[in-house]
Amino acid sequence: MDDKLSLVPVHQRKKSPLFQVAILGRAAKDSVIKLNPAVMAKNPVMMVVAVASVITSILFVKDLFVGLPFKLLLFEGQITVWLWFTVLFANFAEAIAEGRGKAQADALRRNRKETMAERESGKGKYETVPATALKKGDIVLVKAGEYIPSDGDVIEGVATVDESAITGESAPVIRESGGDRSAVTGGTKVLSDWLRIQITVQPGETFMDRMIALVEGAQRQKTPNEIALNILLAGLTIIFLLAVATLLPFSVYSVRAAGSGQPSDLFSLLSLLVCLIPTTIGALLSAIGIAGMDRVLQHNILAMSGKAIEAAGDVDTLLLDKTGTITLGNRQAVEFVAAPGITKEELANAAQLSSLADETPEGRSIVALAKQYGLRERALSTVEAEFIAFSAQTRMSGVDVNGTRIRKGATDSIYKFVREQGMSIPPEIEREVTRIAQAGGTPLLTADNQRGLLGVIYLKDVVKGGMKERFQQLRAMGIRTIMITGDNPLTAAAIASEAGVDDFLAEATPETKMQLIRKEQSGGRLVAMTGDGTNDAPALAAADVGLAMNTGTQAAKEAGNMVDLDSNPTKLIEVVQIGKQLLMTRGALTTFSIANDVAKYFAIIPAMFGALYAAQGSTHGPLWALNIMGLHSPHSAILAAVIFNALIIIALIPLALRGVSYRPMSAEAMLKQNLLIYGIGGLVIPFPGIWLIDQVIVALHLAPVG
Amino acid sequence: MTLMGCEQIALFSIILLLLTKPIGAYIAAVMEQEKTILDPVIAPLERVTYKALGVKSGEEMHWTEYSFALLAFSLVSALFTYAVLRLQGVLPLNPMGFSTGLAPAYATNMTADLAFNTAMSFTTNTNWQNYSGEATLSYLSQMLGLAFHNWVSASVGMAACMALIRGFARHSTQTVGNFWRDLVRCTLYILMPICLVYSLLLVWQGAIQNFAPYVIASTVEGAKQTLPQGPVASQEAIKMLGINGGGFFNANSAHPYENPTPLSNLLQMLSIFILPAGLTYTFGKLVKDTRQGWALLAAMYAFFLAGALICYHCEALGNPNISGQSVEVSTKALGDLGGNMEGKEVRFGLANSALFATITTDASCGAVNAMHDSFTPLGGLIPLLNIQLGEIVFGGVGSGLYGMLVFAVLTVFIAGLMVGRTPEYVGKKIEQKDVKMAMLFILAGSLSILVFTALGSVLDLPAKDWLNPPGATYNNVNNAGPHGFSEILYAYSSATGNNGSAFAGLTGNTPFFNTTLGLAMLIGRFLMMIPVLALAGSLAEKKYVPPTSGTFPTHGWLFTALLISVILIVGALTFFPSLTLGPIVEHCLMHAQRLF
Repeated sequence: MDDKLSLVPVHQRKKSPLFQVAILGRAAKDSVIKLNPAVMAKNPVMMVVAVASVITSILFVKDLFVGLPFKLLLFEGQITVWLWFTVLFANFAEAIAEGRGKAQADALRRNRKETMAERESGKGKYETVPATALKKGDIVLVKAGEYIPSDGDVIEGVATVDESAITGESAPVIRESGGDRSAVTGGTKVLSDWLRIQITVQPGETFMDRMIALVEGAQRQKTPNEIALNILLAGLTIIFLLAVATLLPFSVYSVRAAGSGQPSDLFSLLSLLVCLIPTTIGALLSAIGIAGMDRVLQHNILAMSGKAIEAAGDVDTLLLDKTGTITLGNRQAVEFVAAPGITKEELANAAQLSSLADETPEGRSIVALAKQYGLRERALSTVEAEFIAFSAQTRMSGVDVNGTRIRKGATDSIYKFVREQGMSIPPEIEREVTRIAQAGGTPLLTADNQRGLLGVIYLKDVVKGGMKERFQQLRAMGIRTIMITGDNPLTAAAIASEAGVDDFLAEATPETKMQLIRKEQSGGRLVAMTGDGTNDAPALAAADVGLAMNTGTQAAKEAGNMVDLDSNPTKLIEVVQIGKQLLMTRGALTTFSIANDVAKYFAIIPAMFGALYAAQGSTHGPLWALNIMGLHSPHSAILAAVIFNALIIIALIPLALRGVSYRPMSAEAMLKQNLLIYGIGGLVIPFPGIWLIDQVIVALHLAPVG
Repeated sequence: MTLMGCEQIALFSIILLLLTKPIGAYIAAVMEQEKTILDPVIAPLERVTYKALGVKSGEEMHWTEYSFALLAFSLVSALFTYAVLRLQGVLPLNPMGFSTGLAPAYATNMTADLAFNTAMSFTTNTNWQNYSGEATLSYLSQMLGLAFHNWVSASVGMAACMALIRGFARHSTQTVGNFWRDLVRCTLYILMPICLVYSLLLVWQGAIQNFAPYVIASTVEGAKQTLPQGPVASQEAIKMLGINGGGFFNANSAHPYENPTPLSNLLQMLSIFILPAGLTYTFGKLVKDTRQGWALLAAMYAFFLAGALICYHCEALGNPNISGQSVEVSTKALGDLGGNMEGKEVRFGLANSALFATITTDASCGAVNAMHDSFTPLGGLIPLLNIQLGEIVFGGVGSGLYGMLVFAVLTVFIAGLMVGRTPEYVGKKIEQKDVKMAMLFILAGSLSILVFTALGSVLDLPAKDWLNPPGATYNNVNNAGPHGFSEILYAYSSATGNNGSAFAGLTGNTPFFNTTLGLAMLIGRFLMMIPVLALAGSLAEKKYVPPTSGTFPTHGWLFTALLISVILIVGALTFFPSLTLGPIVEHCLMHAQRLF
């Protein structure tokens, strides 16, 4: 990760602490605002807790006036307070997750300039209007030093544009009409020259607007998996509601049959209800989703919906462009193979000469390699030579020095050049060319008009460091990687095997790419891909996860469901991991929440029914034996369970925001690990937790000892 | 516990395991219309049946059509049974003159509410009996009104289960099979041939099969005893195989005419489990990964063996208040006739009684060879808990496996997220609609058991009220204290679970209990079956997702362990409070020398 991130201001990025005082303060305020019933109703689990809190509050106030013994009032008061805390803690979790996004949105808003625009009002005539008045289809003229008022396509002109407001990249980029560099974004600044731009969006729908809305979570919709989980939680809540509600008549029956004890009181029943319904996950579910979006943002990726992130977790097939993703963008010269009768030094010399004026990365790498053959670097000016630039017709470049015409180029064109000089191609060279191609390299031939073929320069696609390991990890996670390349199958196969991808698509065209996506999807697999060009747009739209590069065209950006502001295609892998982590966090906390119930039963059931069937003169009946934690009294037991239930929400907020720890491994290994931590942990932890709280309550005289 | 007792439980388990694969493969062949060895005999019969019923057996149905056919068939057949029961007085094959002026003094009248309860009971495969067959029903009522349902209600369950299996096995399709074809093929190819052989085996062991009037016999002491007769063996075969459980006689499989010998007892136990066990293999076979079926079977076995051993253990320990009175009742001294023998048959002993009780409640059978009411509190908790788990441990014909599959779906959804993918089960993504249907299934069961039990335990009615002549509903229980509560809880659990066994002692033949129990059976059957069919429809539409190493594996021990935990926590924990007020507190009190 480097520093050229704008979405998240650099000072924030560097530390990126989970909690900041400003956010905490705002979240605390928001958690009270969120008590609004209309907001609460969206979360069925917490709504039940809120209703329970209201009921206990009313009962408590009533009992205050009835003049109940202090001991009982103390119990009822505390239960009421802790039930309210449970609701507030849940709201707090959500508010804190939203807080980070809101802070970022504020920063973006501050940076947004209120600009004016020169709108074309007739042929050659312009009028000045506010940027917000621009509609789709309007044409504006933006000159050097002005801000581009809205998103659009360049229809005339070439200019350098400072896009750092969006990308954080301070180096200016060139924008010109036609081709893949025509898209401009509102809020960026023209540095030189001028552009005529056709606006492509309606007011309020610009990239910047959408970015702010997304960061802020204003348009956040529940994702499919979140909805499904909500159904499960609502279902469980109803089941436990039934179990607790019917407990009242059951206890009435039992008290009649026993001739001792008391039917369950509402405070105990509501406490049991709140403890049993899955409040932990219910409280944290929305925070987990928001935090997932936020984590994607931290990687400087704009996800258009939470659904896309979720889908990323499900991805089975990754389509990765070879160039820039798997290999370093440019090929490098790694070897000189001289023709018979030519020394390596002679070849190196000719290769260097012919590449001096070649500013492409390949050319520079040839010059660099030549130095290893003892050739000092020659400055262009010291050589009296005429440089021949690469042309599409000859498919060669080169240099003419003192009548010697040195040429380098692709195999066919050099063969042609050599034959034109009346010379033949040595079979050794033909073999070399085949060898290099098979190894995934590109053979670059060098010849001159006197000695004929001089030799072959081995240009190699250099696979990025660590890619092989990453693909291995992906494979362990059950994700297949397919390399997409325009290379011929031979070259593609070699690079594929070197990089360790599972499959490759050679000589790829937009059509074959599309076919591949369709084929994978018809086999039930989810596909993720990256793309930047306009011709990538259909494939980006068809893929389940389409990560568009910010440097790409408007069409590509609109087709994808995520935009990488850094334009780093390798990040697709991170997106997949974030998606997985999001789902895992949900699963882990759901499991934890449900497993917690066991201990709570053992705290509350003996507390409620401990007095039933008690022998003459004894306060505890046989069911007090279920108090396996040895809690002090019915009141302390119920309080301890309720307090534990509330505090665990606070304790798990960091986990919900950060996500469960994640290392790539097979599903089975991952399940075992998470099950051990969150399943077994969820079963066991509440026992000592409730016991400890019980001890504290009694020590503080907040509940009777026996 | 004795070694001999444990060996018998082991023997049963092994034989069942050996039968699972062949039966499962046969069911798969029959239900997916492949060739079977019985084709030459049964195929013509099948064709005639389709013709008679006007069924186009080649048509495939959408899940809504399938449900409609299933419900329509159940409704019509329930009405038919209701009519037969109400009209038995004027119909033939009624030598004892039940429901006529000639009925013997001990006879019970077939009232409207009792007929409703009985019709629901048999339509839903519950076979709860608020009457004694030998004192209430004519032979025609038994054979046409009830035995008919013993056949078809089992086939209905199998059909619904096959629809769900097809939901998993098929992909990108709208249809889940043809209800009529499933109904007919299950009855003709599976139930009929097995029952034919099976009832002959029972006759060989001594079960009776006749249409004779009741015999008056003189006992050794010279007392006179009425020995009811009837076509028992044939009824018995389908009662067990179809997991119905409604006995010809009130004593059910404890009656020597129904279940004469230890060998017939073993056969009866096997015949309860055989179809549900086989279906797990059928499932695996049809989703093309038999390990999936074995994993489900493993979970079933875990619950079954744990239940059987705990129940056996508790019964073998017996009642401490008896052994405390220097009476020798230990199994060390008396073998399997020691421990708590109250309500058990001497020819079966402890182990076979505990095993039978576990099996009949794991499966939704409800036939009994011992009185569950007389078990020790914790021994009796096992059958009760088995039912409350949702009748998914083997369960009913079809209904057991579909219940287990619903829990598998939930398990995958809850825990499967932990691998970082949208949960999948046998290649199907589990999404909103699926979770909704699974939750509706579980909700329906909990709702019925809890709400009706609440009503049944506190409803204060005046004495001689027409709804409930004993007055308040809690007056209908025979035992004081927590045991009385257990009786009510057991009744509604059994009705909802479509089990049909009882903690006898509850006076159930009153309009209140007849009606509420009847409704509980309906909810437990159809409000749970429809979500299953909807689930089947939703699954069938989905694409198949091939498993990768990133997929949550659902065929290993880890999944089985998870499934067990989810069933215990989601399925059983709901009932934990009610169980503490019933069997658990009763157990504690027993050790404090208080009995009920």
